[in-house]
Amino acid sequence: MGKVLTIAPVTRIEGHAKIAIHLDDNGNVEDAFLHIQSLRGFEKFIEGRPAEEVPRIVNRICGICPWMHHLAANKAVDAAFGVTPTLTGHKLREMCQVLAHINDKILHFFFLAAPDFVLGPDADYSVRNVIGLAKAAPELASKVVKMRQLGQMMLDKFAGKAIHPIAGVVGGFAKPMVESERLELLEGARTLLDFSTYALDYALENVFSKYMDVISDLGVITTGFLGTVDRDDGSLRLYDGKLRLMKADGSYDDFEGDEYLKHIGEHVEPWGYSKMPYAKNWNEGFDMKLSAPKGIYRSNTLARINVCEKISTPRAQAALEQFRASFGRPAQQTLLYHYARLIEMIYACERTIELLEWEGITDPNVRAKVEPKAGRGVGVVEAPRGTLIHDYQTDENGCITKANLIVGTTHNIAPMNMSVRQAATSLIKDGVYNEGLLNKVEMAVRAYDP
Amino acid sequence: MGVTTALEWLGSCAGCEIAFLNIGEDLIPLITETLEIVHAPVLMDHKYFGQCGEGITLTIPNAVVGIVTGGVSNEEHIEVLEEMRKKCQVLIALGTCATHGGIPALMNGQDLGEAVADIFSTESTDPGASIPNVEVPALLDRVYACDEKVKIDMQLPGCPPNPAQIAEVVMSLVEGRDPVLPGKSVCDSCPTKREGKGDVKTLKRFLTNAEFKPGEPIDEMRCLLEQGYLCLGPVTAAGCAKRGAPSCISARVPCRGCFGPVRKGGNQLLDMMNALASNGIDYKSVIDRRSILRFSGAHGTLRPLKKKVVEED
Repeated sequence: MGKVLTIAPVTRIEGHAKIAIHLDDNGNVEDAFLHIQSLRGFEKFIEGRPAEEVPRIVNRICGICPWMHHLAANKAVDAAFGVTPTLTGHKLREMCQVLAHINDKILHFFFLAAPDFVLGPDADYSVRNVIGLAKAAPELASKVVKMRQLGQMMLDKFAGKAIHPIAGVVGGFAKPMVESERLELLEGARTLLDFSTYALDYALENVFSKYMDVISDLGVITTGFLGTVDRDDGSLRLYDGKLRLMKADGSYDDFEGDEYLKHIGEHVEPWGYSKMPYAKNWNEGFDMKLSAPKGIYRSNTLARINVCEKISTPRAQAALEQFRASFGRPAQQTLLYHYARLIEMIYACERTIELLEWEGITDPNVRAKVEPKAGRGVGVVEAPRGTLIHDYQTDENGCITKANLIVGTTHNIAPMNMSVRQAATSLIKDGVYNEGLLNKVEMAVRAYDP
Repeated sequence: MGVTTALEWLGSCAGCEIAFLNIGEDLIPLITETLEIVHAPVLMDHKYFGQCGEGITLTIPNAVVGIVTGGVSNEEHIEVLEEMRKKCQVLIALGTCATHGGIPALMNGQDLGEAVADIFSTESTDPGASIPNVEVPALLDRVYACDEKVKIDMQLPGCPPNPAQIAEVVMSLVEGRDPVLPGKSVCDSCPTKREGKGDVKTLKRFLTNAEFKPGEPIDEMRCLLEQGYLCLGPVTAAGCAKRGAPSCISARVPCRGCFGPVRKGGNQLLDMMNALASNGIDYKSVIDRRSILRFSGAHGTLRPLKKKVVEED
């Protein structure tokens, strides 16, 4: 009889999961799983709720990316009610969304992932964390904490709540921005842009260059990619655009969010609560076999960086060009999610500044006229963890009758399982394993920021 | 050495953990000096079954302070919560899910079996999918607040909880004193202008923005309830205010009760209906009254509709 190694809980991630590595009699990996442990039922319990209330309920799906759910829900309700938000309302929402992306990336890269690289994958677990990082690199830690706090408080002060927001409303936004707020946010955004370029430089020097061997091997799998791009020029978009589903060979289909059912299906395995989205329109079914996966694509930063033609802001575009010169398109190395994350952080900062410099941003006309009615609407945004799809149907009172949600992280559940299997199989041989090796298996998961 | 502390999350969204990080510049001395964190899945790598995963029994280290977020909705949550209770001298329930059930306890208004079946048969889900039951913790019959399952020494609600109060509670424990926390209601902490009983007879949905002059201080805006919007300030515990006004009010948006009932053991729905009636407002004008319990559906307050705990007409 072989044995099972249970890595529980998977740590320094944002959800509830465990890894089970099944070893055979010789101590080699027979199979490995990432089991998703939580099921809460949002799709069901928003039924009956007035649709305009739903954006302030579904934000609780994720306390790390509540803005994403809040805004995807607002877009879905807009569509169900047949409302077009005012232009300023639309841009205020986007400004909050890209700003929230910045904080999320600081959190993930520096608080959760960096300890593996700065302190080393084999460092003792008691120091291989943000507390150890704060002791080993106090200046860096202090800067990181300050920058994340700056971003959070910019949102909190302007929009009332950074966590579980309420300021996005069907039809637009709950309050206009006044000039004094604009200037303060702009100053903050410029500080964050400086930090984001510093962060990429820091990572290039201290992480990516030092860990090239790990990057080229750990958790590497071959899949397609899903992300949002500009409807006209195919550049990276986070708040609004068309969806692009790319195959591993670089060919792709573009489609609007409300056509998602034609392109994406959700597979269910008995050993995890999370569904596993896959590319239904590739007509090859679903299979997580490492050598010949079927229907498998990935989302989140690396996916977006792969599917876009370019980035519309200069510093992020320069970083993208450097990335592509090194790794090509599409890049498949799983740990490059971190690199892509930092490129996207630069874009999010530049985009925040662009929006704050737009002349209409302080226009008081922030909310369109809204009338509840029966309808159906799909709202899509790019959450840090992937393409987020909210699909609502409403009755004549504008209350929810049916909801379907495809949450960012879930696109990556199948790929994460594959990366775990790839990492475990290549690291654990003949019954030899230790804490450092098992942590490396977790690093393959952490890259996806689940 | 700092005070040993264990953090755990049950049926949670990580918002409470983000609120903890939002303590800001005091965070670094707090986690590197004041506290010695011995277990915290979101931040560090202590494992339940030993660092190499060979153990059989779920084990959390001993700690002076334990902080639990999230409600209790599956078998694993119970196991983790009981282990936290056993190993921690003082156990704090942090956030409204842990104290009152929070948003996930809206599930308590559903027939669980039907709900789960529906979730695994949505339009995008492959037809014929069965409900996962291997290596996943079984769901309980409903979502529970932590104090329904173990003794809790201190309750700190909020969705999210207020970072300043998290810091205050932790520091009070370290310093061996009672924490200084706001009592009273959201209304008591709200500076909007109240002009007394007005003409409002029915309440409207939040489909139009509140009336206010852009940029004017909150204390120059009229109370949102007096503007005719449902605002749960009267029946909701205070604590969200950060810059001199409740969080949602500062965004010109009415309160939905995220700190739970203002009275210990209070029922936000019944209390709000009473408050409206006593002000001459027709409570029947509130659409979807059950969702007034959206943050406090544990403790048996929210049940599947067919049992008719709450009369709908």
